[in-house]
Amino acid sequence: MLIEEIMKKDVLTLSPTHTVQDALLIMRNERIRHLPILTDDDTLVGILSDRDLKGVVPSSFAEQNKAAAYETPLAEVMTKNPIVGHPMDFVEEAAVIFYDNKIGSLPIISNHKLVGIITETDLLYKYIELTGAHQPGSQIEIKVPNEPGILFEVSKVFYELKTNVLSILVYPDQENASNRILVIRINSMNPLHIINGLKDRGFDVLWPNFPGMNQ
Amino acid sequence: MSKMKDAVFIFSEDQLSYSFSDTHPFNQKRIVLTLDLLKKTGAIQNADIVTPRIATDEELLLAHDPAYIEIVKKAGRGELQENEGILYGIGTEDTPIFPNMHDASAYLVGGTLTAVDEVMEGRAKHALNLGGGLHHGFKGKASGFCVYNDSSVAIEYIRKKYGVRVLYIDTDAHHGDGVQWSFYDEPDICTFSIHETGRYLFPGTGAVTERGNGGGYGTSFNFPIDAFTEDESFLSIYKTAFKEVTEYFKPDVILTQNGADAHYFDPLTHLYGTMNLYREIPRFAKEMADQYCEGRWIAVGGGGYDIWRVVPRAWAHIWFAMKQLPTPIGPLPASWLSKWQEEAPVPFIPTWEDPTPLYEPIPRKAEITEKNAQMLERALHLIRNESKK
Ligand SMILES: [Zn+2]
Repeated sequence: MLIEEIMKKDVLTLSPTHTVQDALLIMRNERIRHLPILTDDDTLVGILSDRDLKGVVPSSFAEQNKAAAYETPLAEVMTKNPIVGHPMDFVEEAAVIFYDNKIGSLPIISNHKLVGIITETDLLYKYIELTGAHQPGSQIEIKVPNEPGILFEVSKVFYELKTNVLSILVYPDQENASNRILVIRINSMNPLHIINGLKDRGFDVLWPNFPGMNQ
Repeated sequence: MSKMKDAVFIFSEDQLSYSFSDTHPFNQKRIVLTLDLLKKTGAIQNADIVTPRIATDEELLLAHDPAYIEIVKKAGRGELQENEGILYGIGTEDTPIFPNMHDASAYLVGGTLTAVDEVMEGRAKHALNLGGGLHHGFKGKASGFCVYNDSSVAIEYIRKKYGVRVLYIDTDAHHGDGVQWSFYDEPDICTFSIHETGRYLFPGTGAVTERGNGGGYGTSFNFPIDAFTEDESFLSIYKTAFKEVTEYFKPDVILTQNGADAHYFDPLTHLYGTMNLYREIPRFAKEMADQYCEGRWIAVGGGGYDIWRVVPRAWAHIWFAMKQLPTPIGPLPASWLSKWQEEAPVPFIPTWEDPTPLYEPIPRKAEITEKNAQMLERALHLIRNESKK
């Protein structure tokens, strides 16, 4: 999946000469936490997060200092030369960038112009979607040997029993490196026939077991 | 003016037409079995039974999209193109198409609306519609065996028509997602669901952190309990939370969803409840309604997939509680057992009580109980802080 498929294209921005007051207002009214800062010729020169502002306007500041703080130009508080992404970057790459750099948002640049933004929250939601956990469903876990063709064998059972799959994740088995755990979500409240079908064909289904008991 | 009744039982044969297929786990025969059990114990008379009406389109629109209602109508008339209903959850494994599915579904909603009017217009203190409780139905989509969400429609109906605060209590083993999302932003409606955690179980939601949104923040309560939770832990969470939430939210009326699928025998879930659960749940609901809502209590059915051994006894207890009859004990009526045993694929449990022990003791019981207690603490943290101020 590419960044351009999930980025927010309609981006609110401010200029370096806008003030902290301006930024606070727009963040509050629009319920956003990140503002790209552009010069008059639309060049990205910085990014401002709500965390940057908290550093400038501490809540228990003396009144007159507070007034001065509100008038600070954004050029002085923004993060200059932020890390940027490209619309054709892979979402997986972007996730690594967020993680390695501990950033909250990534402005997306193409032809030297800002074309979008993605935030940590957008990215997290994408990953939740990948797990299928945003739709009602039952979860089935199957412990399989780590060998070629095994996914085919498992999916054959779903095909034969006409069960529609919402998502599949493959995890390493923490206890045994020669196994994999398949986590499959189906959008049915009744997983019994697929569980029985899997068991009948010899698969190890990790449907709730007594906590702490070995399978 | 005639005297207010303690309770009415909403029922007509029309409620039985909500039937997906002979092999589908959701089976309204449960209602017939329950009513027959109540008749044979002499707990119910014909005068206690009120015939439900069908919900109008206008009423369904209180909680459903017009496009969705159209799809359900077309499906019931056999006019849907192949896969046309899939986006609306119609024609799926869980909610397959059946003839006249719109009318059948609208009858279940009508039953809950009839129950509401009986209570809110003062004809009865309590009303029971076992045909209702379809808590997974969404605004524009069928889900988890549920087409229209009778509780969502009824709660919106109460709010609009009577302008009062409603507390919804859901003890089904699955999370009451449809009702929760319907009122997630709504400060005057409080939803409360105790259920097996969504780790494996459908629908997967119902975490403690789902507390409502915007103005409705703090009026959605979730109590996810571990697989293998037994009576004691379930009941202690249910009672503690029910009381504290009631005192905090101050409802005018209570609507309870009484899914009976947290029982050890239930094939779809992994909780270890016994009949003790179903004896206690409605008695406590009545106590709360009597103490805080001048008795106004509407109860609906819900899940329950061991329709022979579990549901009839479990649901009969709701009626006994409503009528203030002593808890039934000892053998079930022989005439009931002999009438249905031939049809039942499993031997009945011949007494009101489950045999003890019902199952082998479970390992790590203490840890499950402790984990559930910790969950309760987190779920009630906000309102406990509030009441200390
Ligand atoms: Zn259920």
